Amino acid sequence: MKKLLTVLLALTLVGTMFAGGQQEDKGDQPLKIVLLVKSLGNGFFEAVADGGVEAAAELGNVESIYMGPSSATAEGQIDIIETLIAQRVDGIAISANDRDALIPVTKKAMAAGIQVISFDSGIAAGGRTIDLIPSVSELIGRQQVQLIAELTDYKGQVAVLSATSQATNQNAWIEWMYEEIKDPKYKDMELVEVVYGDDAADKSYREAVGLMQKYPNLSGIISPTTVGVLAASKAIEDENMKGKVQITGLGLPSEMQHYVENGTCGQMALWNPVDLGYTSTMILEALITEKVAGNEGDMIKVGRMGDVKVGTDGVTVMGTPFVFNKENIATYAAMF
Amino acid sequence: MNSIKELLKKREITLILLVIVLAVAVNMRAPGFVGGENINRIVNDTSILIMVAIGQFFVILTGGIDLSVGSIIAFSGMSASMINQYNPSMPVFYVLTIGIIVGLVLGAINGLLVAYGKVPPIIATLGTMSIYRGFTFVLSKGQWVTAHEMTESYMNLPKGNFLGMSNLIWSALLISALMIYFSRYTRSGREIYAIGGNKTAARFVGVSEKKVNMIIFSISGALCGIAGVMWTSRYAAAVNETAAGFELMTVAACVLGGVNIAGGAGAIPGVIVGALFLGIINNALPVVNFSPFYQMLIQGVIVLSAMFINTMMDKRKERQLLNRRSL
Repeated sequence: MKKLLTVLLALTLVGTMFAGGQQEDKGDQPLKIVLLVKSLGNGFFEAVADGGVEAAAELGNVESIYMGPSSATAEGQIDIIETLIAQRVDGIAISANDRDALIPVTKKAMAAGIQVISFDSGIAAGGRTIDLIPSVSELIGRQQVQLIAELTDYKGQVAVLSATSQATNQNAWIEWMYEEIKDPKYKDMELVEVVYGDDAADKSYREAVGLMQKYPNLSGIISPTTVGVLAASKAIEDENMKGKVQITGLGLPSEMQHYVENGTCGQMALWNPVDLGYTSTMILEALITEKVAGNEGDMIKVGRMGDVKVGTDGVTVMGTPFVFNKENIATYAAMF
Repeated sequence: MNSIKELLKKREITLILLVIVLAVAVNMRAPGFVGGENINRIVNDTSILIMVAIGQFFVILTGGIDLSVGSIIAFSGMSASMINQYNPSMPVFYVLTIGIIVGLVLGAINGLLVAYGKVPPIIATLGTMSIYRGFTFVLSKGQWVTAHEMTESYMNLPKGNFLGMSNLIWSALLISALMIYFSRYTRSGREIYAIGGNKTAARFVGVSEKKVNMIIFSISGALCGIAGVMWTSRYAAAVNETAAGFELMTVAACVLGGVNIAGGAGAIPGVIVGALFLGIINNALPVVNFSPFYQMLIQGVIVLSAMFINTMMDKRKERQLLNRRSL
């Protein structure tokens, strides 16, 4: 299999070398921007590719190319990058299978004049100009409170069902939830308790039932973890509290489709792979055409996503997670 | 009748008292805990543990242990859910049957390893624990089966309401009754006790250790099969981590219920009460308003104390018996 793949790659390499030669004469070719993902055949990355195509259509001067190894290995990605260097593409956005292993080859690509950024799963500083991360704790935490407030009409007691008490990311988000709820517009709301379901369906379910028993007037549960939001939705249905207790959180559309469509979960959020592909392509185009240099503090215009700011070490935050509701969930559930 | 009384006199009575004390204590902190509806909820929540703990009971009775129960639950639950996902028209009863057969086969593999491979149960099941969990990931390709992909009838399987009790509680009751009968009144059931009590003596009277090992691991596996189907349908989610760590819960239920961890002694009614004791703790912790950081600690202390009180009472009884004899 591997041998076959290498042969195929070599063939495409030879083929594109000729093609490349012809292109140089023409001069006015669209920019070739590659989205290199961890592996092919993964719904999440197919959606990333859709975002790239969307951005390319919007920009007009870009050809979006979607590539990835058949299995999620750093070696597979290195082979592909070598080929891309030979093909002289203009930019590569990579969701890396290894934070460090790709650095030598991406450095080689950058030396050959190709712009390299990473997204979703980053490459360490030095091996790319920009690392695009989906969101940050502050945006995630604040948005969770906004989502539940919209569902509960800015009223009543809400509780958080988290994963484990030691989960760093969860705890950071919860800190920001406490921060957000201090805002006067939430004056009729109270964040009563944080409980931990340990990302186990049975414990999360029990904790959700416990919350509803302990707080008879509970109006909402925030569960920023996929298992938790799923188990809590089921608990709300089983306890006949649908409509009385609202639920939001971070969940995968394919897993939550049932509860979002039947109204148990009015809305929930997660970073959206389409947006990741879209933003990556937009950023690369801006770097290639030298609209920005990608230094710390630079603002990059990203179409419908607004402006993103390049942070320390090139780490760039895309924005608030994408909100899924009854109207759009089916579309995204088919992707990831 | 007498023998039942005698049995109850042993550990079960102490444990039942402890269960009542625990429930009352929780009720003081969280009023309404000992209400009809909530008792039903706790029993329903503990039914899966009861079924799997009974399987574990037979294995421990022979001096072995089955560490693979959590993984068998995960695999059979995932298989059943995926069958339901891809053949939504298949009657749920068939899906349940397939789930049981899958569990039975995995359990029988454990039995083969122990009986014919001469691998000690703790090692054999430690290995299959990882293997079966790995199978689950391979089977599902890491994906979950969730409510949207399950049929209504599959998700309703553990629900139902007959005489105020759910299908899940009924299946736990039925299995308990069947297994109590099996352990007390059948030849194979008594042979399990015999092997656990004295292996050499049992062999001399013609009890086949191989046969007993095949039986106990197959029973444990089949019960995990039922549990897996019930687990995934109840939570409307078949995830790869289903029931991770559950094996220790089942061992705790057995030991709490007075089953000798070295084998030979114990009875199913005790195991059921032991499981209910753990079920009460599981359901009480979320409502008693203790910091989550203390919950694990509290859980451990309660279980240990219960076990301690339990054995103390046993010792006292033994001493009383000895004293009477010396008179």
